[in-house]
Amino acid sequence: MPRKAMTDETSSKSVTGAQELNPQMIEVRDFSFWYGAKQAIFNISMEIPERKVTAFIGPSGCGKSTLLRNLNRMNDLVEGVRHEGDILLDGQSLYDPSVEVISLRKRVGMVFQKSNPFPKSIYENVVFSLRVAGRNKKSTLDEVVETSLRSVALWEEVKDRLHESAYGLSGGQMQRLCIARAIANRPQILLMDEPCSALDPIATLKIEELMSQLKEEFTIVIVTHNMQQARRIADDTGFFLLGKLIELAPTTYIFQNPQRIETERYISGQMG
Amino acid sequence: MAPLFKAKSAPPRGESFVWLTAMGLAVGVTMVAGLLLLIFTHGISVFWPSRVTEFELKDGQGRIAGEITRTQMKADGATELQLHVGNKDAYGLGYRFVAQSAIISESMPEDIMVAERIEYGNAIFHPVLLVMKQGGTLVATAPEFENKLRLLVEEAKQRHKSIEKIEKSEIGKINGKMSALDLDLRILDRDEKLDTAARETKKQSIKESRAALQKQYETLAAQAKELSAQLKDNTLHYRLSSGEERTQAIGDIVKVYYPNRLSFTDRLGLFFKNIAAFLSQDPREANTEGGIFPAIFGTFVMTLMMSVLVTPFGVIAAIYLREYARQGFIVRAVRISVNNLAGVPSIVFGVFGLGFFVYFVGSEIDKHFFSNSLPTPTFGTGGIFWASLTLALLTLPVIIVATEEALVAVPRGIREAALAAGASKWQMIQRVVLPSAMPGILTGVVLAMARGAGEVAPLMLVGVVKLAPSLPLDTLAPFVHLDRKFMHLGFHIFDLGFQSPDSDAAKPMVFATALLLIVLVVLMNLTAILLRNHLRKKYAIGTF
Repeated sequence: MPRKAMTDETSSKSVTGAQELNPQMIEVRDFSFWYGAKQAIFNISMEIPERKVTAFIGPSGCGKSTLLRNLNRMNDLVEGVRHEGDILLDGQSLYDPSVEVISLRKRVGMVFQKSNPFPKSIYENVVFSLRVAGRNKKSTLDEVVETSLRSVALWEEVKDRLHESAYGLSGGQMQRLCIARAIANRPQILLMDEPCSALDPIATLKIEELMSQLKEEFTIVIVTHNMQQARRIADDTGFFLLGKLIELAPTTYIFQNPQRIETERYISGQMG
Repeated sequence: MAPLFKAKSAPPRGESFVWLTAMGLAVGVTMVAGLLLLIFTHGISVFWPSRVTEFELKDGQGRIAGEITRTQMKADGATELQLHVGNKDAYGLGYRFVAQSAIISESMPEDIMVAERIEYGNAIFHPVLLVMKQGGTLVATAPEFENKLRLLVEEAKQRHKSIEKIEKSEIGKINGKMSALDLDLRILDRDEKLDTAARETKKQSIKESRAALQKQYETLAAQAKELSAQLKDNTLHYRLSSGEERTQAIGDIVKVYYPNRLSFTDRLGLFFKNIAAFLSQDPREANTEGGIFPAIFGTFVMTLMMSVLVTPFGVIAAIYLREYARQGFIVRAVRISVNNLAGVPSIVFGVFGLGFFVYFVGSEIDKHFFSNSLPTPTFGTGGIFWASLTLALLTLPVIIVATEEALVAVPRGIREAALAAGASKWQMIQRVVLPSAMPGILTGVVLAMARGAGEVAPLMLVGVVKLAPSLPLDTLAPFVHLDRKFMHLGFHIFDLGFQSPDSDAAKPMVFATALLLIVLVVLMNLTAILLRNHLRKKYAIGTF
C-alpha cells in the first residue's frame, strides 16, 4: 500500500538536493555515544530536513532510538553516559553549556513507544506543557486543547469527557492523546519512538495519516521497526546497523535502489 | 494394582505446600480472631446489666447478694463462685468468693436494687426508706418510690453539673487571671529599672485587682459549697443482704436500677446508656469507674498530630533519597540506617524524646519564652506536643520506606513524558510523580498511624499521665495547649490492669478500654484507607 507517489524530482534528489527545498533542521556531526563502557553510536553524521518525515530503521540495538533520544537530550537522564561530536539544531549546538535542556525540550516534542498519559484528565494531559511553562490562562488553554485534539482527530471522540481521566481511553486514543500533548506547545520538531508498535492496524493507520498532516507544520523524526510503515510515511529513511548509519536517502530511493549490500539484505528480509 | 499403589505412595509434589501455607494463614487468623473475640466478649459484657443473686450461706455466714462474675474449680475439685458484691464501703472489697458447698439456697429477689455511686463503686441492697429534706419520707414499697428516687437522682445530677461549671470554668478563669497577676508581681520584683516608689504603686494596683478577684472567687466558692451541701439533703436508707442498715446521700448516686425487674429491652437500653457514659465521661475512683473520654481524646489528638508532623518530613526525605540523591554508597547506607531505625525498640525513642525534646529543646523554649513562670516548667516537661514529636520520629522510617516504594513504582514512561514536555525535575515530581505515588504514600501513613496509636512505652516518658485534669484542646485561650499532659488509651490499659489497687474491679475496664483502643485504631485506619481509595480512583479511572 504505497503512500502517494513521490514526485520524480524528490525521488531522484540526494539528501543535499532535498536541503535546498527544506533547509537542514538538525545536523549530527561525528556523533558517538557511550552507555558506560558500551559504545552505542559510532561516529554518525547526518542532516535532517525541515518539515519532512525522516524515518530511522534498523534491527534492534542498532542505535536508532539512542540517537533519537539524544535529539532532545533525553539520554541525559541515564547515568554514566557520555558523547563525542555534536548535534546542531538550527545551527546551534545542543550540548552548548548555554543551552537550557528545558527550553530545548519545549522546541523538541517527543512521543514514546508505549503511550504514557499522565494520571490526570484528558484536558490536563494536553495542557501539561503549557502549565509547566507557566501559561495558565483559561481561554488559551481551552483553545490549545481543541486545536491539538483536532489535529490528532481525537476531538470528536473526547470532547464530552475532557475532564475525565485519560486512563479511560483506548490504546490508540491514548497514543493520539500523547501526540496531542507533544504538539500542544507547538514544538518545531516531533520525535517519535516507534509510536505504533503497540497499536492495532486501524489505530496505526490513523496515526500514519496524522503524521502526513503534521509534517506540514513539524519536522518529524520517527524510529520504526516496520519497514512498510517507513515506506508509507517517510520522505527520507536512514538505515542503522550496529551503531552506525549505513545509508540515508529519500525513501523510495533507499527501498528501490539501496546503495549498500547491508541495506539491501535488511530490506529484503535476509537479515534483522 | 502395582502402578496404583505406586501412585498413591508418591507424595503429590507441591500440593503439600498448599497445606503448609494454608495452615500458616489459618493459625495466624485463628489467633487474631481469638484475641479479638476474647477482648470483645469481655469488653462488651462490662456494659450489660446482669442479674443479682442472693445466697443464703451455711455456718451462720448469713446472706449475701451479688452479680456472679465467674465460676472456678479449686485444686481439691470444689467449685466456687466469684461474686461482685459491691458495697465497698461496708464490705471492704467489691468482690468475694463463695464456695458452692457453703450455699444453702439462692434466689433473685425482685426488690434488690443497684446504685452506681460517685464513690465506693456500686451498692447492692434492699431499699427501705427515702428521707427527704422537706420532711417527707417514702417507704420503698410505696408505688411512687421508684419514680421519686429517680427524680431526686436526676436533680442531684443537675446540681453536680452546676457545681462543675462553677468550679471548672468560672473559678478556673479567675485562677488563670490570678496567676497572671502573680506573674506580673514577680516581673515587677525582678525589674531593676523601676524606682521603689513606682514599683510600689504598681504593686498596689495589682494587689487591689487581685483582692477583687479573690472576692469573686470567694462568692463562687461559697455558691459551690452551698450546692454541695444541698447534695446531702435527701438520703436513702437501705438494708444490705447481710442485714446491716446504712444510709446514702442521694447526691452521690449516679444511677439506680432494679437488676431483677428489668425486661430485655430495658436491659438493652441500659446497656447502650452504659456504653455512652463510658465513652463520654471522665474517669472516677482511680480510673476503675466512670468513663474514659479524656483517654480517647488524648489518643486521637496525639495520633493525628503525629501523622501531621511525620508525613511531610517523611515524604520530603524520601523524595530526596529517591529522586535527587546520587544513588551510591552513602545513599545506600542512609537507606539501611532508616530501615534499621524502624527496628529500634520504642523505649529508646522515649528516652531520646525525654532527653532531647523535653530536657533540651523544652527547657530552652522555657528559658526564652516562658522565663517568668520558671521554675515551673511549661515546655520543659512532658506534654502532648513532645509525645507527638517522639512518635513522629518513631514512625518516620515507615513513611520513608513506603514513600520510596511508591516513588519507585511510578512508571518511567510518565516521568520521561513529563520531562519531554519541558517540565523541570521538580515540576515532574510535583505534578506527575507525587500524584501517582499518593495512594502508596497514604498506605505508609496508615501503617504509621497504626504503629503510633498503639505505642505506650515511649509515651510514659514524654507526657502521658494516669489522670489529666484538662484536655489539650479547650475553650480557654489559646485553645490548643501543646504543653499539656494527656491521657492515652494504651497507657490507661497498663495503668488499670497493673497499677490499680483493686484489680478485680479494674479487669472489666481493661477489656473495655482495649476494645475501644482497637476500635479507635481501626476507625482511623479506615478513614485513611477510604481516602486512599478515593485518590486511587481519582488518579486512575474516575473523574477529576
